[in-house]
Amino acid sequence: MIRFAAGRIALLVPTLVGMSVLIFLMVRILPGDVVDVMFAGDVAASTTSKAAIRKALGLSAPLPVQYLDFARGVVTGNLGQSLTSGEPVAHIISRALPITTELAIVATGLASAVGIPLGVVSSVRPNTWFDLAAHVGGLLGLSLPNFWFATLSLLVTSVFFHWIPPVTWVPFARDPLQNASQVMLPAVAIAVYLLAAVMRMTRTSMLEVLRQDYVRTARAKGARADRVIVHHALRNSLIPVVTVIGFQLGGLMGGAAVVEIIFGLPGMGYTLVQGIYSRDYPVIQAAALLLATVFVVLNLVVDLLYAVLDPRIGLA
Amino acid sequence: MSSVPHPPAAGVWAAWRLLGLTRLRRHPIGLVGMAIILATVLTALVGPRVWRIGYADQIARRLTAPSAAHPLGTDTLGRDELSRIIHGAQVSLQVGIVAVLIALALGTAVGVLAGFYRRRVDAVLMRGVDVMFAFPGLVLAILIAGLLGPSRTNAMIAIGIVYAPAFARVVRGATLGILNLPFVEAARSLGARDWWVIRRHIGPNIVAPLVVLTTIYLSTSILSEAALSFLGLGTQPPEPSWGSMLDSSRSHMEQAPWLAIAPGCAIMIVVLGFNFLGDGLRDVLDPQLRDA
Repeated sequence: MIRFAAGRIALLVPTLVGMSVLIFLMVRILPGDVVDVMFAGDVAASTTSKAAIRKALGLSAPLPVQYLDFARGVVTGNLGQSLTSGEPVAHIISRALPITTELAIVATGLASAVGIPLGVVSSVRPNTWFDLAAHVGGLLGLSLPNFWFATLSLLVTSVFFHWIPPVTWVPFARDPLQNASQVMLPAVAIAVYLLAAVMRMTRTSMLEVLRQDYVRTARAKGARADRVIVHHALRNSLIPVVTVIGFQLGGLMGGAAVVEIIFGLPGMGYTLVQGIYSRDYPVIQAAALLLATVFVVLNLVVDLLYAVLDPRIGLA
Repeated sequence: MSSVPHPPAAGVWAAWRLLGLTRLRRHPIGLVGMAIILATVLTALVGPRVWRIGYADQIARRLTAPSAAHPLGTDTLGRDELSRIIHGAQVSLQVGIVAVLIALALGTAVGVLAGFYRRRVDAVLMRGVDVMFAFPGLVLAILIAGLLGPSRTNAMIAIGIVYAPAFARVVRGATLGILNLPFVEAARSLGARDWWVIRRHIGPNIVAPLVVLTTIYLSTSILSEAALSFLGLGTQPPEPSWGSMLDSSRSHMEQAPWLAIAPGCAIMIVVLGFNFLGDGLRDVLDPQLRDA
């Protein structure tokens, strides 16, 4: 198990380096340059003044030198300053990250709390109307664009209840109720897709486990039906469900971007998109790298958890 | 080379059988999915000839409620919402198909090369794939589309690049499995060239997983395009895209809620169609999952 964990953690380093190189190159090589954006419409701007700004921003150095500077900044936590506001990028990220993390955690909690029981009921009543409804409902959930759901939920609350979530972000620690009123609608919008995925995976996994000999043995020994389902079947069928939740949680962090924009929540996705609109390279690099790192680390945690839940994986 | 096994006979029926479409008749959800997709394709192809109002024509008062003349109302510039939805179907299908073709071409090439040549080729290509996989899909799509510049073409390229690693992984796995089969070993021992083995044996045998993956990623690509257009990074005005229509509806939600409902419904129905079809194809093409 320790060797398995060490091997997986060791693989993390080249992946992170590869990701940082990819982000760095994408920002540098793709057409368009922050200086062009800064001087947009200013036809009088001379090449000399543009070159001076490029030098000041460190954009005139050779690419390997620029990358080393960027990598050094990442390691030391000095992510530079926003080109538009002049604020340290680390401050911007430290403000945005808790918002997205809270959204992702609440959405995952909601999806698991509803999706797992629905999947279990669907699996113990296969080929019934409930199962068919859950199957179709699951596919509906996977097809529902979260930004449409978010838009509709705002429409419903504003038209029928004359209420819209507060615009200015209030942290949980300052006012839990106000915070909950801000987070709930976007979290539900994000949770719908994950709920459908969790329900479908729980059903599939439960159906497989319910056919196993040990479940039949437990039933033959006279164990109560609910005990067989919860203690024997559900516990063993949760491994792939945990995997789906873990993988989706990482994806949610980035996928929440559109929902964050609709609700005006200044989270990570919102920050990334705003950075792209204004070609604010330090912000784009930091936000993209952090979102990707969270995604990779969560995948690693899922892998390790998988080995803990099923020791055969660690021994393989 | 005549003693080497050949792939199934060519022809439309054989192609349909290879794609698993003939077996779909026993799968109602898959059939519903296929019907939705056919209806969407028909709408995109025939719709503009039947509903002759141009998507950019300002033909009525702004924000008119749905009526017989304009069944889905008009938008902020007095343009007919139905004609924009019909044109949006063309945009969504085009983006979905082209983006998936890009992902399919890139992913299949990388996957076959990695699986067929293994060793260093596999190590180098698959590490690249791992790095691409390390990004949440939408974040990478936003990043590429945003940096390339907002346009429909760039959105298609971004989505295609983002989903290529998924195809590469599946194709590599399938290729590795096929390489150990006796008929491939027989072909190679008879001196068949690499390209011949790939074309005649690997290609036809990776079609089934690719069909399932393609239908799944068609729906994901359409959703991604809608999300990118919603963010202003995809199809640009005045051309309508369901995502950008949804975005522009937000500022008039209370006065004209129908503008927020129609494009969202359209996205959901098309994506649902592809998900239904993908579900059906997965069940008929993968017997292990049929009972699950």
